[in-house]
Amino acid sequence: MNNGRTIIEIRGLRKVYHVGEVEVLALRGIDLDVQTGEFVSIVGPSGSGKSTLFHIIGGLTPPTSGRVRVSDRELGEMSEADRTRLRKQTVAFVFQKFNLLPNLTARDNIAVARYLAGKEQKPDAQFEEALKLLGIAERLDHKPSALSGGEQQRVAIARAIVNHPAILLADEPTGNLDTENSKAVLSLIRDLNARLGQTILMITHNPEAAAYGHRTLHMRDGQIEKIV
Amino acid sequence: MTAKLVLENVKHRPVRTLLSTLLIAVPVTLILTLVGLTHGMLEDSEQRARGIGADIWIKPPGTSFATTLSGAPISEGLVEYLQKNELHIKLAIGSVVQVVEGITIVVTGVDLDKFSQMSGGLQYVAGGPPRAANDIIIDQYYAAQKKLRVGSTVVLFKKPWHVSGVFTGGKLSRIILPIRILQDLTSSPGKVSQIFLKLDDAKYTDAVVADLKMKLPDYPIYPMSELTSLYTASNFAGLNEFITVIVGLGVVIGFFVVCLSMYMAVLQRTREIGILKSLGASNGFIVRIILAEGLLLGVGGTIIGIGLSFGSWWLIRTLVPASIQMVIVPAWWPIAGAITLVGAGFGALYPGLNAARHDPIEALAYE
Repeated sequence: MNNGRTIIEIRGLRKVYHVGEVEVLALRGIDLDVQTGEFVSIVGPSGSGKSTLFHIIGGLTPPTSGRVRVSDRELGEMSEADRTRLRKQTVAFVFQKFNLLPNLTARDNIAVARYLAGKEQKPDAQFEEALKLLGIAERLDHKPSALSGGEQQRVAIARAIVNHPAILLADEPTGNLDTENSKAVLSLIRDLNARLGQTILMITHNPEAAAYGHRTLHMRDGQIEKIV
Repeated sequence: MTAKLVLENVKHRPVRTLLSTLLIAVPVTLILTLVGLTHGMLEDSEQRARGIGADIWIKPPGTSFATTLSGAPISEGLVEYLQKNELHIKLAIGSVVQVVEGITIVVTGVDLDKFSQMSGGLQYVAGGPPRAANDIIIDQYYAAQKKLRVGSTVVLFKKPWHVSGVFTGGKLSRIILPIRILQDLTSSPGKVSQIFLKLDDAKYTDAVVADLKMKLPDYPIYPMSELTSLYTASNFAGLNEFITVIVGLGVVIGFFVVCLSMYMAVLQRTREIGILKSLGASNGFIVRIILAEGLLLGVGGTIIGIGLSFGSWWLIRTLVPASIQMVIVPAWWPIAGAITLVGAGFGALYPGLNAARHDPIEALAYE
């Protein structure tokens, strides 16, 4: 599903990290447009800048130079508080290591995301439908330690979409899963995109996983090598 | 949700939580025990002074009601003079005081017949007043502490004494001897340590005190009706300052315990802080949950500290009931709690700010 409206617009994006006295050039001039409702896979070797690109789009770190517009907002001009608001309302992450809060049940992990977004009332019908899609309704009262990897990742996806973010950034969501669970999670992500029109960017090392997206970005040495 | 997050964090590491609250409880117990001892000792002294049944108390020049004096600098002639010449004095008796253990256990020498007239007499739980020259009477607290009973032998002034009676206490002192015997033992024949006056009517107390102050200007003279206001910590040199030091220590210990505990907790939860930040948690929210957890530990420490102060009270009452007295002072529970929470709050602030400053990307990469 692609409605033709640009939700992410990146021009000449550069990111320099300082590791001690050494400058690391993580992104060397990225240009990218992503349309609302698009599912984009990003592949590339380690150190190619995939995660850095995600961290910038998700407002976890500011760009060094260049222009990044997310949902009509210029990230380069944002304060830390603005970027925090972006993570609350516009962008959500799904991580390779699930990153659930270990002390809380699956239900509370999802509730925390709603609470932080200032939405304390119960999730809406659309989310309930997504929960059915995720197949974890029976496992919501368990803590992460009592859930399998596949179940934890589904909870992480539920937590990511509970506030209906404009963009879902999935950083190697199948990296810690076996083949069966990987397929299930990828199918879910594709369904979320197809049924709910969720804009998704997904980092993966796996070409089969990348094939689930509408198009695939190949990154190398901080640049986009090609788009297929 | 904040409360749930904080509670789950506290429950997630029960040993850390228990150790932290126990450490926070130590200064709470310390403060409550000290305050309980201060109140207990003052109340006990006041009760024993009041139990004498006098209306006026005269101490030697250069002393005060709070001085536990060994020695007898007042001439017994003054007792006789007051009895014979002063208006409204029904009974004047002198007593000799001699410290025998620490600063709290004293022997008082008194004319037991006159003392009975003034106080209504001692209530004996066993035995009776001294009859022989080596007889001594003790109160039930001293008897319990030293495991003595009627017929036991107790060594005082380097000689053995036969316990002839055990009385209920609350009057004069823990150990009582006939005045002549104590005067001989302390080489102070014809001398007394203090004088108690019983008036024919208590309504003349102020007038008699005023008259005596004119005639005996160097002597501290106290109406017994003022004892309650006299027996306060502020009237005992250095006691308030001592309490302040202990309270200060309580704040400092609470601060360091919570600071260390929460600092460790923040280190252990670096990744979780990164997760919260990735979900859109603000720096203020991160500080708030760390602060709330520190304060929760403070509340737990206060409750345990109050419980442990009952343990102190029981131990003191069981082991040394005659030497020191402690009471439970509930009015100080909220004060001790507030002191602890101040320490805990400040202790959690630095780890909280430190957690808020975590870079979310580094925090998420933390193993």
